[in-house]
Amino acid sequence: MPGEATSLENPAEKSNEEMLIRRIRGGEHELFYELIRPYERRVYSAAFAILRNEADAEDAAQEAVLKAFKHIRQFRAEARFSTWLIQITVNEARMRRRKEHAHIMEPIVDHQDEEGNYTPRDFADWREIPSETLERNEVRQKLAEALASLGQKYREVFVLRDMQHLSIQETAKAVGISTASVKTRLLRARLMLRDLLAPGLGGSWNSKVSFAKGDKPW
Amino acid sequence: MVVSCEEVWREISNYLEGEVDPGLRAAIQEHFRGCKHCTAVLDGTRNVIELYGDERMFEVPLGFSQRLHRRLEENMPRSRGLAFGWMVAVTAAGLVVGGFEVGGSSVFTRPELRSEHAQPGSGVPAQMMVVVSADGKTFHAPGCRFIHDKAKLRTVTVSEALREGYAPCVRCMKKYLSGAVISRPAFAGTEAHIPGSEAQSRE
Repeated sequence: MPGEATSLENPAEKSNEEMLIRRIRGGEHELFYELIRPYERRVYSAAFAILRNEADAEDAAQEAVLKAFKHIRQFRAEARFSTWLIQITVNEARMRRRKEHAHIMEPIVDHQDEEGNYTPRDFADWREIPSETLERNEVRQKLAEALASLGQKYREVFVLRDMQHLSIQETAKAVGISTASVKTRLLRARLMLRDLLAPGLGGSWNSKVSFAKGDKPW
Repeated sequence: MVVSCEEVWREISNYLEGEVDPGLRAAIQEHFRGCKHCTAVLDGTRNVIELYGDERMFEVPLGFSQRLHRRLEENMPRSRGLAFGWMVAVTAAGLVVGGFEVGGSSVFTRPELRSEHAQPGSGVPAQMMVVVSADGKTFHAPGCRFIHDKAKLRTVTVSEALREGYAPCVRCMKKYLSGAVISRPAFAGTEAHIPGSEAQSRE
């Protein structure tokens, strides 16, 4: 379960991380490479999930890591370093997204009714999937397309909670919304993705899944 | 408690998070036992979480890590740790050189040499054993033919001799005085071979 996964933390790793942060603050800047190494992939994927473009995501990820380095003194030990880093990344990616889309009259708030119940469209049986499924490029591609087709506000929450394994509270803080909103958006994101993927993955892609705009189930 | 399909869908995410109270949980589980559609939704949603939670989902572009590190390197000030390391190295080098001058003295001021013509023994290994005489002005390698008062000799280290104001004999210590810079590393801290000198000391 995601909740269980997030609450687990290796105390030895945490202690090592705290020691690294202390030393970096003390002037041993080179140790910063060691500190961020376990999170590089996560930083990139968080940026990519928001920007949906490799070049922009890489640029935003680099900028976020640099900002984390420059502001390492502002990091508070009560938080997890990974959460703090991802939060910076999300902010950076969102800022870029706003800049790049500033010319488009995009509503700041998505007016889709969050409170309305979501009705699953598809009831295809999709039981256990072997983990090897992800070894297939085709499957990863379909998953990426499905995720990219979600609205921004659903995608952000889903990525932070289910892909970055932040807690509900951490996700709420990173996105700047209430925990209740996180839960609502998360529910919708998960159900929407299931609707998109179940027919294909459940039926070994017998039915072609299309993510063209008009075909979305919501 | 009986729950409808709509209620199950509304709570399915919380159910998977383990965040529904025991009564509702039991009711949802009971619902699953009799509802094929909701079971399909449950299985599918769980699979979504599992698949996307796998770190293989996103592949970072080739060379991402290297480019990130390069960018960091370009923007990273020289660390105090590194600067400190350099400082230590430079200081240590200075001390090695200076050490020969002060001969391991605890005070870093050079004593006044007994002879105006003497050269400071900065190139002579500090721990090498040499001989000095009470009324002499220079220290010598044992057996040096230019030792004046052989009856009053005592053996000391170069650093002790330097501390007492003795200067190196320009004959038997010639090697250290003229070619000190080149030969110093090879002799540092060792009992080096001391070549004899054929020339006459002026002392």
